[in-house]
Amino acid sequence: MDANAAKLIGAGIACIGMGGAGIGVGLIFGNFLSGALRNPAAAGAQFTNALIGAALAEGLGIFSLVVALLLLFVK
Amino acid sequence: MVNDPIHQFRIHPILGPWNVFGQEIAFTNSNLFMGIIVLVVVGFLLLASSKKALVPGRLQSVGEMWYSLVHNMVENVLGHDGAPFFPLVFALFSFVLVANMLGMFPYFFTVTSHVIVTASLAVFVVGLVVVVGIYKHGLGWFKLFVPSGVPLAILPLISLIEFISFLSRPISLGLRLFGNMLAGHIVLKVFAGFVVSLVALGIGGAIGSIAPLFMAVALTALEFLVAFLQAFVFAILTCVYLNDALHTHH
Repeated sequence: MDANAAKLIGAGIACIGMGGAGIGVGLIFGNFLSGALRNPAAAGAQFTNALIGAALAEGLGIFSLVVALLLLFVK
Repeated sequence: MVNDPIHQFRIHPILGPWNVFGQEIAFTNSNLFMGIIVLVVVGFLLLASSKKALVPGRLQSVGEMWYSLVHNMVENVLGHDGAPFFPLVFALFSFVLVANMLGMFPYFFTVTSHVIVTASLAVFVVGLVVVVGIYKHGLGWFKLFVPSGVPLAILPLISLIEFISFLSRPISLGLRLFGNMLAGHIVLKVFAGFVVSLVALGIGGAIGSIAPLFMAVALTALEFLVAFLQAFVFAILTCVYLNDALHTHH
């Protein structure tokens, strides 16, 4: 296999990590929503915490995107 | 090639480049848009606060919402000692928000889609956390890496993990904003590209191009949401990190 093909395959494999971030963000908002429906009065105050959690989970997915971009574009 | 999705992120000089001590320095489109962002933020807030009516008009309510959004965030996360940091958080939020929003206009340059801009902001924020923490608490600030109530046997491991997670903060803070903006604009461009290449196929392609056109419209709406959300997240994570510097015992 030539080096360029291996790079492209590696970039594709690296992007699988974004799926994990998707699961994480979905879990956070899903659990936030089920909690908010049980106790709507407390939901507003916790929305910021949900956003922080989603941002932190999403950041790890962005790492895998960056690994893919580095493989593709850094010579 | 104009149709490739990366082309929109090209930086090109508008004035210059001049050769200053062996470095090429130019006034680029990125610099131009940073200037426009500052003008928009300052101009809008001056305009919104010019009337100072007791019952706010439309413009003034937007200005007040903008201000109180950041003010409540700083109050909630940092508490009362956070007041000196309100101008910083407000400036960061406004810059990132207007940069993201201006980037949504066609042919406009998105400043925050360049990792150098977002990483500079993030490194500045985390550097400030270290400086403020050591200024407020002296060397006791390093207790941040030694959580209380952890058994002595695994304390070195936990400290190492805490230290690595602290070091990854500027990386994740900068890359989150950069990655979201870059990926969003590439996706928009790719779907717009589908429309163009399907229409080029003829009448059948023109009918088929309706689906990606609707997708592009829906994604534009989503991107406006992401543009606001990422500015909000950047500001709130700045507050959360500053909280570590102000209140170490946790």
